[in-house]
Amino acid sequence: MHPAPSVIFFTTFSGLGFGLLFFLGLGYPSVTGWTAFAFFVIAYLMAVGGLMASTFHLGRPERALKAFTQWRSSWLSREAWCAVGALVLMGLYGLGLVFFDARWTALGLLGALLSMATVFTTSMIYTQLKTIPRWNMKLTPLKFLSLSLAGGALLAGQVSVALVLLVIAGLVQLYTWVEGDKALKASGTDMATATGLGGIGAVRAFEPPHTGTNYLLKEFVHVIGRKHSQKLRIIALGLMTVAPVTLLALPFSHVLGVLAIISHITGVLTARWLFFAEAEHVVGLYYGKR
Amino acid sequence: MTTLPAKTEKKLGLVIDLDTCVGCHACVISCKGWNTENYGAPLSDQNAYGADNSGTFLNRVHSYEVQPAGDAAAQLIHFPKSCLHCEDAPCVTVCPTGASYKRVEDGIVLVNEYNCIGCGLCAWACPYGARELDQAEGVMKKCTLCVDRIYNENLPEEDRQPACVRTCPAGARHFGDLGDENSDVSKLVAERGGMDLMPEQGTKPVNKYLPPRPKDEMPEFDVLAPFLEPVAEEPKGFLGWLDKTLEKL
Repeated sequence: MHPAPSVIFFTTFSGLGFGLLFFLGLGYPSVTGWTAFAFFVIAYLMAVGGLMASTFHLGRPERALKAFTQWRSSWLSREAWCAVGALVLMGLYGLGLVFFDARWTALGLLGALLSMATVFTTSMIYTQLKTIPRWNMKLTPLKFLSLSLAGGALLAGQVSVALVLLVIAGLVQLYTWVEGDKALKASGTDMATATGLGGIGAVRAFEPPHTGTNYLLKEFVHVIGRKHSQKLRIIALGLMTVAPVTLLALPFSHVLGVLAIISHITGVLTARWLFFAEAEHVVGLYYGKR
Repeated sequence: MTTLPAKTEKKLGLVIDLDTCVGCHACVISCKGWNTENYGAPLSDQNAYGADNSGTFLNRVHSYEVQPAGDAAAQLIHFPKSCLHCEDAPCVTVCPTGASYKRVEDGIVLVNEYNCIGCGLCAWACPYGARELDQAEGVMKKCTLCVDRIYNENLPEEDRQPACVRTCPAGARHFGDLGDENSDVSKLVAERGGMDLMPEQGTKPVNKYLPPRPKDEMPEFDVLAPFLEPVAEEPKGFLGWLDKTLEKL
């Protein structure tokens, strides 16, 4: 898959933003007034900024509101509803904390739940695709949720919880890579089933349908980045889990905390780039590629 | 609505004969021609006369080389591919706006371009590469089974079939109702062992492909060959002299 910057930024930052909103909704940290204001601004910049970034990959962004209509069948539509629901409820909850020094607990809990529901629906957009075996497994939503929670705990300054969640997210990511590497083969889809010609003999792509490239090849057959995938995996895991855990384990200081956050975000961005770049869409098989 | 109908009244689709297709790409051109001038946004090209050209096509012809086991000769198979109008079309259910839908009356999968936001998710969900996002218009384009030809009473009756079928000079493309087991296309599929592409993806495609017929086995030698005089292996006469002279040089 083509690793489009808009989608990488969207999934990374909205995941972090809604992760932070989840902890704020639960009352960790238990802040009010201007401190609460600062936390909410960070969460909204990330969550809303991420959602805005996602509209950049639309061919017709001016019609984006129509995406709210098909919640019965479409995960993308469900994501839109959850995101708006979470942002509205958490906005009201934040209003109470910042301006009225009031904690409307039920509202916060509901907002926290919807924040995680948003991350889950985002992950289901990718998980539902049978055409991309690497994404089409239960580990995908687990990975998105564990990363969002770990990043949220880190941003919320919940050091002891963040330590545990970062390790869990790292392990889930590692396991996803191990399982993902076997996924295309396990799916049973290959050039033989794609062309139906496997019964005759070994199938080889002889000539593509056109001399130039096309939308399908640009969007679905991205092979450039895979060359360095092992190195990038080590870098991603080091930055998103190992480095922040080490920094948090040291005696706490705000400088180390900020460094841990920057390291984590860079690591997640790298892992998310790999998530797209490494994903093989079965349509590539028609071109003799993967 | 992007939920799929439980059942469609007809299953209109194509039957493509891989034995007969000669790979001339006439269907590609007639498809692009008709669908650029008629239903929906035109199929744009980018940098059409430059070095890095690309464009939107609803039908593309691949060519595959298939090597049977043993020392049998390889076969070259031309392979036209367009939307298969699947019964369980994954492209329809992922659509967030309701732009993609499957018609109850004939099973054709269509895009309402005025509702399409160009998110591309339907193209991600299609295993066959049947959907392409038009780079000029920003909306998703796909085969309409020439819905504006097949019911068009302004056209002579013989033209009321998809442009690709009408134009195929080899007769490798057939159009009809695959839901009716007595239709010509259904009989053809039964007779020739028509197959689904990527059946394991669970899309239940309506379009079928007829596999290439087995090739005749050609005996390598004439049956009388063993009784013939062996061909002289050493050149004689002038050629023999030339051979020896050239060897010495």
